[in-house]
Amino acid sequence: MSQQEFRTGDTPLPDVVILTHKLTRDYDMGSETVRALRGVSIQIRKNEYVAVMGPSGSGKSTLMNLVGCLDTPTSGEYWLNAQKVSDLADDDLARIRNKEIGFVFQTFNLLPRADALHNVELPLIYAGLNAKERRARAAQALERVGLGDRMDHRPNELSGGQRQRVAIARALVNDPSILLADEPTGNLDSTTGLEIMGLFRELHNSGQTVVMVTHEQDIAAQAARVITLRDGLVATDQRQAA
Amino acid sequence: MQFFDAVRLALQTLRAQKLKSGFSLLGVFIGVASLIGAWSIVNGVNRYMTEKFAQTIFGVNTFQLRRQPVFTPNVPDSVWRAWRRRPRIRFSDADAISEGLTVPAITAWQSSDQVTVAFGNKEARDIELTAASERYFDIKNLKIAVGRPFTGEENRSGAPIAVLGDAVAKRLFVDRSPIGRNVRIGGVPYRVIGVVEKQGSVLGFPLDRFVVVPALSPAQNLVNPPGILDAFLVKARSDAEMREAISQAEGIMRSRRHLRPKQDNNFVLDTSEGVQQFWAGISRILVVLLPGVVLVSLVIGGIVIMNIMLMAVAERTREIGLRKSLGARRRDVLSQFLAESTAIASVGAAFGIVAGILLTLAINAFTPLPANVSPASVVLGVVMGAGVGVAAGVYPASRAARLDPITALRQE
Repeated sequence: MSQQEFRTGDTPLPDVVILTHKLTRDYDMGSETVRALRGVSIQIRKNEYVAVMGPSGSGKSTLMNLVGCLDTPTSGEYWLNAQKVSDLADDDLARIRNKEIGFVFQTFNLLPRADALHNVELPLIYAGLNAKERRARAAQALERVGLGDRMDHRPNELSGGQRQRVAIARALVNDPSILLADEPTGNLDSTTGLEIMGLFRELHNSGQTVVMVTHEQDIAAQAARVITLRDGLVATDQRQAA
Repeated sequence: MQFFDAVRLALQTLRAQKLKSGFSLLGVFIGVASLIGAWSIVNGVNRYMTEKFAQTIFGVNTFQLRRQPVFTPNVPDSVWRAWRRRPRIRFSDADAISEGLTVPAITAWQSSDQVTVAFGNKEARDIELTAASERYFDIKNLKIAVGRPFTGEENRSGAPIAVLGDAVAKRLFVDRSPIGRNVRIGGVPYRVIGVVEKQGSVLGFPLDRFVVVPALSPAQNLVNPPGILDAFLVKARSDAEMREAISQAEGIMRSRRHLRPKQDNNFVLDTSEGVQQFWAGISRILVVLLPGVVLVSLVIGGIVIMNIMLMAVAERTREIGLRKSLGARRRDVLSQFLAESTAIASVGAAFGIVAGILLTLAINAFTPLPANVSPASVVLGVVMGAGVGVAAGVYPASRAARLDPITALRQE
């Protein structure tokens, strides 16, 4: 455990990309309140490769949503890239998601009617780039994931692994601070899953910070650090040899 | 997101869902097409009434002294019978006004009835025979195509000569020249001295089925009892002078008829205003009714678009969630769906404008109604189309914009 103690009022160290401090999230389910997170404090540094594990109901999806700025905590602090985002409003969070976070989903979430290039372009549209620049950068991102020759293919003309590569290219196209992957191999066969894991490793080796939620032990084993959640709290936080 | 991106995205979606989009733009299409079509008719008839109709029936700055108005829509029988009991206009009335007017004006006598005109064994039936004095042609703005009009001398001497309307000349002489030939009217031969230029038609009524003969020619007995006129025509140089002439003529006639100050006129001094007022009444009704019809179809069109958009939002919840997770702000999502509904409505309006213009051309080609596309109606069509799109899109778009990205992404 090389984590420094963080107190309310502090600012994180410069190389800490993600810092949560006593993060809680309650859901109102009619009469009862579900406490999905009960005070999660973690720090993730630049260029770490972290897997978040835990059984269903442990709060890992909730943590993922909070870290991805899709949701706001009930209490506690969340610092992303030296910016306190836990109390930002809706549209500011959208801007943070656009600039800082690259999502990779289990179900790819590609627009079925758009070709690979346009799918990758999407975040750049909301970043306000002009069409020419968007196309150039999207093409570059597709090259990076090895799909330079599939740019004009629609999702239904691509294999599962290729679809996930398109989704990864889309996640990378804005140069995000973190790549946030939610069960990225859940919908893939094991061979393709390994290919995708290889791609994550490559990205990590080239300096990308990667946070991945998974419930598969051997997928988590690829990461350099595994955080396990149980009942809304951090149960274990271990570094492991690559 | 830039405006252009939103529009492009909207058009892509429209193209991808042609059938659905086609149905949803139907309402706006019909609304705008009927707006332009109906407006074109009102506009065209309006123009016709003020420019052509009034001039051909009356002439510019012209009034007519008559027993009763020319144009008598919806007159009750009692009024009609009262008109028929009035004294008729006499030659002497016309002479008195001619002498009494101090305003410069040209005048003409006119009496008309339907007759049959014959040449050889050919006949033209239901021809309007007008016994008129020589300035009639000037007042009515009838231009002579072949030959000449008759002179004042010929009029006073009652020479048996005739000027034919274009249709009569064609009917009796086909393509031979009628000049110098004799046509028979009421058994009396009349020498043709001229043919009037083709006049066309007004609201489907042909204007070329007439013959003009001198007021004092033998044919005067075919149209009126001796010494009686249908109308005395006075054409002034301007509207102001015409009004002055009308008031002078009224004074002259009232004194000739010995009317006391409280008695009403037992004659009319008719101008084209009467016709125009009647038309103005009709067009006012149309102008009131028309927006109602258009409004109904636009509201229906708007509801259809709103429903289609609500469906689109429901179907694409996941897409909205994805876009939000990739950084779309509320206003990006809002503008995307607003652009889509506006695009649907605008495309509907564009087709509606084209259809409206085609409808107008068809009305002109296949019906006697004159129609004329009003630029204002096209502008209004565009504005209303886009307006309906925005109005119908606001609610679905704001629902889409308010979606929570996490819930939206989880949607199957």
